[in-house]
Amino acid sequence: MRNREATTAWLFLVPLLLALTAVAAWPLARNVYFSFTDAFLDNPADYNFVGFQNFLTVIEDSVFWGAVRNTLVFTSVSVLLETILGFAIALLLHRAFAGRGLVRAAILVPWAMPMVVSAKIWEWMFNDQFGLINKGLIWLGFLDKGIAWTADPSLILGTVIFIDVWVTTPFMVLLILAGLQLIPEEIYEAAEVSGVPAWKRLWSITLPLATPAIGVAVLFRTLDALRMFDLSYVLAANNEKAMTMSIYARDQLISFQDLGVGSAASTWVFLIIGLIAIALVSILRLDRNAG
Amino acid sequence: MASVTLKEVSKSFGAYDVLRSIDLAVEDGEFLVFVGPSGCGKSTLLRVIAGLVPVSKGTVSIGGNEVTDVPASKRGVAFVFQSYALYPHMNVARNISFALETARMTKAEIGRRLTKVAEMLKIGHLLDRKPKQLSGGQRQRVAIGRALVSQPKLFLFDEPLSNLDADLRMEMRFEIAKLHSEVGATMIYVTHDQTEAMTLADRIVILNHGSIEQIGTPRELYDHPVNRFVAGFLGSPRMNFTSVESDETGSTLIGPDGFKLSANHASVRQAVTLGIRPEALEIVSSDSSNCIKGIFERVEDLGYEQIAYIRLSNNTIWTVRSAGAIPAYDSGSKIGLRWKSEDLYLFDGKDQSIRIESFPQPPAIEVVR
Repeated sequence: MRNREATTAWLFLVPLLLALTAVAAWPLARNVYFSFTDAFLDNPADYNFVGFQNFLTVIEDSVFWGAVRNTLVFTSVSVLLETILGFAIALLLHRAFAGRGLVRAAILVPWAMPMVVSAKIWEWMFNDQFGLINKGLIWLGFLDKGIAWTADPSLILGTVIFIDVWVTTPFMVLLILAGLQLIPEEIYEAAEVSGVPAWKRLWSITLPLATPAIGVAVLFRTLDALRMFDLSYVLAANNEKAMTMSIYARDQLISFQDLGVGSAASTWVFLIIGLIAIALVSILRLDRNAG
Repeated sequence: MASVTLKEVSKSFGAYDVLRSIDLAVEDGEFLVFVGPSGCGKSTLLRVIAGLVPVSKGTVSIGGNEVTDVPASKRGVAFVFQSYALYPHMNVARNISFALETARMTKAEIGRRLTKVAEMLKIGHLLDRKPKQLSGGQRQRVAIGRALVSQPKLFLFDEPLSNLDADLRMEMRFEIAKLHSEVGATMIYVTHDQTEAMTLADRIVILNHGSIEQIGTPRELYDHPVNRFVAGFLGSPRMNFTSVESDETGSTLIGPDGFKLSANHASVRQAVTLGIRPEALEIVSSDSSNCIKGIFERVEDLGYEQIAYIRLSNNTIWTVRSAGAIPAYDSGSKIGLRWKSEDLYLFDGKDQSIRIESFPQPPAIEVVR
């Protein structure tokens, strides 16, 4: 009986396992396989094994480490800002007010737009001569002449972070708001009636009870930010100051047609993101908080 | 001093009036119970007193000070919720002492109060547990402990026992009554359970559609309901009603099955409804004199009492409650019902009670076949 149930269970899992093998396990295995070869994209069938040579090539490349640094800075700063902003906006939206439904829908617009579109819109707004941002800052008297936000190497990463915060804060708001709505209203009322001041209610009730939701949101956003590609690519193409790990891997693979080194770079990216994910899950203790 | 005074308190949610001009004076140390059907506004009234719901009109005073615009956190009252509303991430000890953390109190004083409350409610062995590790009754004790620890002068209970099973409810009812006599604070208690209302209250406030129907001691309300709603609300099973009409001379009320009441008092002639409590009825054989006829439907034997269902000729179902055995008639048997005239309640066209005890020569009503 037990065996039959187990067999049925496995049968139900087969389609999923097949799909996962086809779209995840097999490409990943192929990627790791090619990391150990000197294959080129124009003729991938013709290759020799070169051991760990490609992996060494990647970590000896200062451009790769620049990309890693950019990605880590981008991820930590943007996720931190998105979390703080997302929590604050979620707290505001959690309150009942006239037109809340409309505001909730409106706030999702930046997130619903394709990243390429957002990046292009902001590129124009940040344009040094015709951009709205410079016009506004000059009109307000903060600037004498326009700044080249997307061309200046010292500003480009900040601009990328700014746009990402604009685009993905709604996602944080949505996840944290869902967490806030799980907290029963009566808990706040109980605290209020017993004379607990508002800051203490926020600090000792809202924050601890929203932590699991915030943790999940931070995990999602961090993993998403670590593999960021589109925004930097559209905005800064191959500017090394805004290059992410994904762009580096793509450059090796597509621009330089180097399947071996590109695959090795991809494998490094995979390992780095995997390690960070494991560290994050254990720090956030998501499984224990959920139980 | 923690008297509570409400003056013309009204509350509307949009176009919906939840409370309509409530006037109420609660004395210091009193145990007052709000009771009424769902949606009558009793919980809203309690939340208005707590400050959780702002009034639309009127004033609220606690201990002689007007607090209408004072926020809930500054009113110094304790509130016990139906859902207990315990902080799920804090253990029992912190749940109870949480409000004291910001109340400028020494650690020693907090500890002393916690111990005292835990001892009083017999929850000392649970202090390290989280709410989800507690049973319903234990959670309710913690919720009461949280109310007690700040030593308020006014306790508000919002249906605190309705999530408990019958045994626990009775036990906690007893504990709350004991608590009231020990602490001596004013308590206002909302319930839809008339047993809780009757057993706990010094005075009961019966609410319906956002208005107070009647205020009085449990006995006053049971014996002298001011209107048909109050008469029908208290008592289990509820009071039996049937419509009556005056004959053309105005001296006799005619009920179902040709049964007649001689109505020799002016106000009795206004009666359109007759009420009688189930325990005031007696089943007799159908050929007895001075009885109203009915069809025996069924009997429920609860062990300590029996409840019989009788169908009158106008298809109204009346209940008869008896501590002794009710003869086991077959369903459909014809039987008679009899009562004493002083057990009668009469209501006029506006459902107001007609005070029959004020008759010059009681009993002024007799059952005529």
